[in-house]
Amino acid sequence: MSLAVRVIPCLDVAGGRVVKGVNFLNLRDAGDPVELAARYYEQGADELTFLDVTATVDDHSTTYDVVRRTAEQVFIPLTVGGGVRTVDDVARLLASGADKVGINSAALARPELIGEIADRFGEQVIVLSLDVKRSDAVPSGFVVTTHGGKRDTTRDAIAWATEAVERGAGELLVNSIDADGTLAGFDIDLISAVGAASSAPVIASGGAGRLEHFAPAIAAGADAVLAASVFHDGTFTIGQVKDALSRAGEVVR
Amino acid sequence: MTQPRVVVYDYGSGNVHSVVKAMQKTGADVELTSDRARVMEADGLIVPGVGAFDAVMTQLNDVRGGELIDRRLAGGRPVLGICVGLQIMFERGVERGVTTEGLGEWPGEVTRLNAPVLPHIGWNTVEVPENSTLFAGVEGERFYFVHSYGAQEWTLDPHPAIQRPAVTWAEHGSRFIAAVENGPLTATQFHPEKSSAAGIRLLSNWLHSLG
Repeated sequence: MSLAVRVIPCLDVAGGRVVKGVNFLNLRDAGDPVELAARYYEQGADELTFLDVTATVDDHSTTYDVVRRTAEQVFIPLTVGGGVRTVDDVARLLASGADKVGINSAALARPELIGEIADRFGEQVIVLSLDVKRSDAVPSGFVVTTHGGKRDTTRDAIAWATEAVERGAGELLVNSIDADGTLAGFDIDLISAVGAASSAPVIASGGAGRLEHFAPAIAAGADAVLAASVFHDGTFTIGQVKDALSRAGEVVR
Repeated sequence: MTQPRVVVYDYGSGNVHSVVKAMQKTGADVELTSDRARVMEADGLIVPGVGAFDAVMTQLNDVRGGELIDRRLAGGRPVLGICVGLQIMFERGVERGVTTEGLGEWPGEVTRLNAPVLPHIGWNTVEVPENSTLFAGVEGERFYFVHSYGAQEWTLDPHPAIQRPAVTWAEHGSRFIAAVENGPLTATQFHPEKSSAAGIRLLSNWLHSLG
């Protein structure tokens, strides 16, 4: 009797297509998002995350369409992030069929946004996304970055995670820029540090490459694991990840 | 045979489109509306709800929705509340120090769960009583929850002549009510429309109970 560990495939979407790259660079086409979403649903995904990585900030209409078409056939929660700047953006995404929205740089620029969204839609709709790098410049050794990891901020990632939850973030999506795309495993120290500091659920992201990478992230304090390329490339299925977690003693659906 | 007509109450709260899509998947003849006559006449009414208890009650009060729900129940017409749509069926909700009156169909209040990690987000198991029909065939499945508050006591003392209410429990830190089947009034704290095949089956069970 306990909550199951969630396995969440992430689809980076640009111009209505799934794209992928290493460390957010060299984006390549990886298929139709609605088709992929349906496949992951069939495989037993616990949730789906779309990240709109469209370069231009003003045109997200293709993403709304992808979300709408996905929500018509996939009966699990959908999180959509990327380019969310205002309460109205959130309203539009929810109306398109999203259940939760990922907020990143807009919350860094104006932290009050978190509270404004929570007041209107509840804290459960907010997934605060952090792109984090190791750095000696901040006390915890983990700094928040922007622009897909290309620019460091002066914010300590652990302090920001704590502040965001106090302001009303319902979940934390912690993405390691150092580990992202390396397929070398999650940044376990980062997950432990965020997990110890946060009362909200933590989703671990960045670095999954092998089946045995997932259980240590949960043991370190994550409530969910998120991965992209290993699923898109067919390295393994959602079911194989769940089997590996189950063999390691974790509860899965 | 014609399918029962289901209305998803469009009073301003909730992930109404997801609920409509899921009901279509069960084969229901489903309509999204706030039209008072349509809401009254439907064979089954779904009351979704997302967000804070007081925000949902404000939206519902603005359209005098409680009155319609009361009148439907008085006439034995089925109503299904989902998520905050379950919570508002109780007497009151206490969120962030604010106490808000609910519809009071059931005694008791909705309070913050006592758990180390909140919100309670994800797929959890449920303890289904033997007299449940809503969970037929999916008793052992997990359902998708997303909430921080819940009804943690069931104190209704029904007359022995009526069918005993079926109360389903779940646990996250402490025990809370996951679903209630009480005559024409049914409600779930979890989101059946987001609970994959198990959720569709549960909605389908409710649909078939409409006759």
